Order: sequence, then C-alpha cells, then structure tokens
Amino acid sequence: MPIIKTSEDRALRLGTGAFAVFVVLLVAGIGVVLTQQSVLSIRKFGLAFWTRSTWNPVSGEFGALPFIWGTLYSSLIALLIAAPIALGIAIFINEISPLKLRQPLSYLTELLAAIPSIVYGLWGIFVLVPIVRKLELLAPEWLKKVPLFTGPPLGVGMLSAGVILAVMVVPLTSSVAREILRGVPMTQREAALALGATRWEAIRIALGYGRTGIIGAVMLGLGRALGETMAVTMVIGNNPQVSTSLFAPQYTMAAVIANEFTEAADELYLHALIEIGLVLFLITIVVNALSRILTRRVVRA
Amino acid sequence: MDEVKITVRDFDFYYGTNKVLHAISLDIPKNRVTALIGPSGCGKSTFLRSINRMNDIIPGIRVDGKILVDDVDVYGSGIDVVSLRRRVGMVFQKSNPFPKSIYENVAYGLRINGLRDKRKLDEAVSRSLDRAALLDEVKDRLNASALALSGGQQQRLCIARALAVDPDVLLMDEPASALDPIATQKIEELVFDLKKNYTIVIVTHNMQQAARVSDRTAFFMLGKLVEYDDTRTIFMNPSVKLTEDYITGRFG
Repeated sequence: MPIIKTSEDRALRLGTGAFAVFVVLLVAGIGVVLTQQSVLSIRKFGLAFWTRSTWNPVSGEFGALPFIWGTLYSSLIALLIAAPIALGIAIFINEISPLKLRQPLSYLTELLAAIPSIVYGLWGIFVLVPIVRKLELLAPEWLKKVPLFTGPPLGVGMLSAGVILAVMVVPLTSSVAREILRGVPMTQREAALALGATRWEAIRIALGYGRTGIIGAVMLGLGRALGETMAVTMVIGNNPQVSTSLFAPQYTMAAVIANEFTEAADELYLHALIEIGLVLFLITIVVNALSRILTRRVVRA
Repeated sequence: MDEVKITVRDFDFYYGTNKVLHAISLDIPKNRVTALIGPSGCGKSTFLRSINRMNDIIPGIRVDGKILVDDVDVYGSGIDVVSLRRRVGMVFQKSNPFPKSIYENVAYGLRINGLRDKRKLDEAVSRSLDRAALLDEVKDRLNASALALSGGQQQRLCIARALAVDPDVLLMDEPASALDPIATQKIEELVFDLKKNYTIVIVTHNMQQAARVSDRTAFFMLGKLVEYDDTRTIFMNPSVKLTEDYITGRFG
C-alpha cells in the first residue's frame, strides 16, 4: 500500500499516537503519584517496610509483611485450585467437546467473569463460608496439629479467600489457555496420533508445545488474583497476621487499603496505606509483564 | 503379481453429506512403492489418510466399503485404532517434529509404547535414524533441538520417528513438496531404499517424482480412481485418455 501523506493521515497518526502515549504516561503517572503520596512512610521505614509485620495505627508502627503474605498466599491457593480446573475446561472445549458445544461452553465460562466482585463476596459470606466452616469442624484432631490447619474453625479466613479467588480466576485462565491450545498446529497432534498415541497422549503433546503460553495463562490468572479486592475482603477475616494456617483469618494488600483508607486520620497512616498500594502495583506489574512475555513467545512460535 | 498388503473395495468417503471418494477399489502390493497422483482436491490425500484412520479426528465423516490391511478390515468393529496406527505409520507434507530433542522425537513412539530400557531406546533411535539416512548428520548432537535442523533434515527426522515404532506400512503425504531439489532427491532415494522393508504409499503432486520412485501408480480425479497400473504403463502407455491428458500436462 502506498504511503500517502495527507494532512488527514498525519492527524490520524498524531491522534492515535497521543492516545497510546497517554496510556503509557498514565501507568508511569500512577507509579509517581503512589511514590509521592507515600513518601513519609518510605522515609520512616525504608525497605524494612516490606519485612515488618507490625501494623499498629495507634503507635504509628507500619509494616506490609502480613498483607504481602496474605495476598501472595491467597493467590497461590487460588492458583493451585484454579489452574487444573481451568486447564481441564480449556482441554475439554478445544480438544474433546463436540463442535456444537464449543461456543456455548466458552460463552458460559466467560460469563463467570462478568459477575461483579461484590456478588461473589455475598455468595462467599452466605454460602461458601458456612460450608468451609463445616469442613473445618470436621477436621480430626491430628490434622489440626499440621501447620496448615491450626486454629479455631471460623469459616472466614485464608481457605475461603483462596476458593473464592479460584472461582474468579478460572474464566480468564481457561479462556487464555484455550486460545493457546487453539494456536498449537493440528500437525503436532496428528504426528502423535500417527505414531499410535492415544487421545490423551496427543493432548499432552499439544500442551507441551504450548507450555510457556499455558504458564502465561496461569500467571495472568495470578495477576487477577493479586489485585482482587472486594470478594476477598468479605471472606478473609481481615486480621493482619502471618500464618501458614488455611483456617486463620488474614489480610491482603487490596483489602487493607479498601477497609482502612477512610479511617486513616494521620499523615503517616495514610502514607503507609498508599505505600502498600505501591507495593501491590509493583508486584502486579512484574507478574503481568512475565505472563505477557510467556504468552507472546508461544503465539509467535 | 506381488503379494497384496492393502486391499480396498468399494470405499466411499463422506464429509457430512459431501461424498469425496466414490467406490475406490485397488490392491496395494507389499514391499513396493505405490504413488497416488491427481489434481488438487481429487481425494488422494483423503484416501491416504483413510488407510490409518487419521480422518477419524475430523468431525462428521462417514465411510462405506472396506480397507483391509493384511486381510483385516481397518474400519471393522473391534479394531484398535491406536495399534493400527502403530503398524501403519505416516509422514506428513510439512515436517512436524515435536519441540524436543532429536533423540526424544525418535524415541517418542517407543516411549508411549511403554519402552523404558535406556539401552534399547538408544539402539532403536540410532537404528531408525540410520534407516532414515540421517544418523551421520546428527549423531554428535542427538540432544540438540529438532527445530534446529534444516527442512530436509526435519522431514527425514519425521521419517525416522515413524520408522522407530516399526510399522509395516508407511503412508507419505507429499513428503517432499516443501523441500528444495537436493533435499527432495535425498527423500526420494530414501523412499527407494525403504521399500525393501516397508510397503509405501506416497501422495505426490510431482509427476516426475511418481515416475522416479514408484512401482505402481493410481490416478485419482474428482474422487474417483481413474486408472491404476504399473507406473511404467501409466506414464508410457495409459489406457484412459484422461490419464494421458493429466500426465502430459494438459490440465492439472
């Protein structure tokens, strides 16, 4: 196509280019503002902010560790539950289900992503938490000695948060994994089948071919889980402690900001909350960047 | 007449309601190369892929009639498709190595068969690479990625991979169509060599190639088998006018 330099084309380039640049500036701007607004906390606590576990607004002692821990732990649980389910859905829709079912099934799984977070939270409080509490009550004594299952059976806590996050992450992860599987050349599966592979062995070849992309899909899910606020706040128990127990009420970065922002009366308190926002911002950017790099590599290959 | 390896009788093939193969009947001799030629869309690839039931993965297909390999109907009830495909290997138009090492590509078919013994695997890998005339070029880098090989080498690797599971029949779907002349020549020499131990059915667009490598040639058009005879007869003295027109390049 010949390049015609009319004033219209130039305006188009400038206009769309400006929008693109604007998005980049916006991200950078958020980083700058978060840093500026948390400067008191950064000055006072320095890097130790990441590793301190006291959170005491009354005495002005702030550390982010319980929140970082809670965010990473709940997201990890979500991932462990969601990844196999999401992969199973992707494999079924792409490799096994009859053609007629593919569209409706993809649509239905993606519908899960459209449910507002607060609705998940309500479902969590009224349905999930009571079930989790019943399960916790069933736990035998010896099991409660394992560090994963110590503490009173409250229902609200890490396990409920992990499960609800898993439900929210499945649609995204499964739809990206489905796209990756669809990008794997048919000839890879045929090569395996022609060697006498079973259906499952051929699917494993396809998974192997797209493995970096599949990992990327899981990481995208992780990115979503890290930042999820409302539903988690409603079921995690909101107690800033570092505990390995799935039964223990804990806290996440997003949840503490949402809960305490309006009550942060003094400057340092506010700055500490905003610095938590900065930490969350950095962690999600790194996770998302990693997942993008991984998914892109497969789509190109 | 040579011993017959594959017998086809009144074989019809449908994609949905679209009939793409009409009453194909032919006998494919053992340890010979049989070429399938014909214009694009004539059904030769569909026919080839019917022999090891690779078409099964396409939804909405239907077949009628019989294909017998060693007198066993491959579409009969109680046929295990997985073991059929181990006996009837296949090489595709575009080389499709797995993104694994050269060694693991060749060993794959054996591993899914349950072979674990490292020494037997090593032996089978180098024997298969040798049969596919690739061993000398890769023996010092068996653990290198298969994707680092040239196009021609990749295709010979795919042949080695197919040979490793020890099939009796090798189906080749235009195995050299994406290769340069030198790589093509190597594949042709290889095909010629392999027929001592294997029954080969090869689909090709290239008529010189059919004439060079095959013993028997089947000419397909519009889903029908027009003529099937010794390759020499097909090219020198075809009995059907349509065959002659195609071979002399009057259409195609």
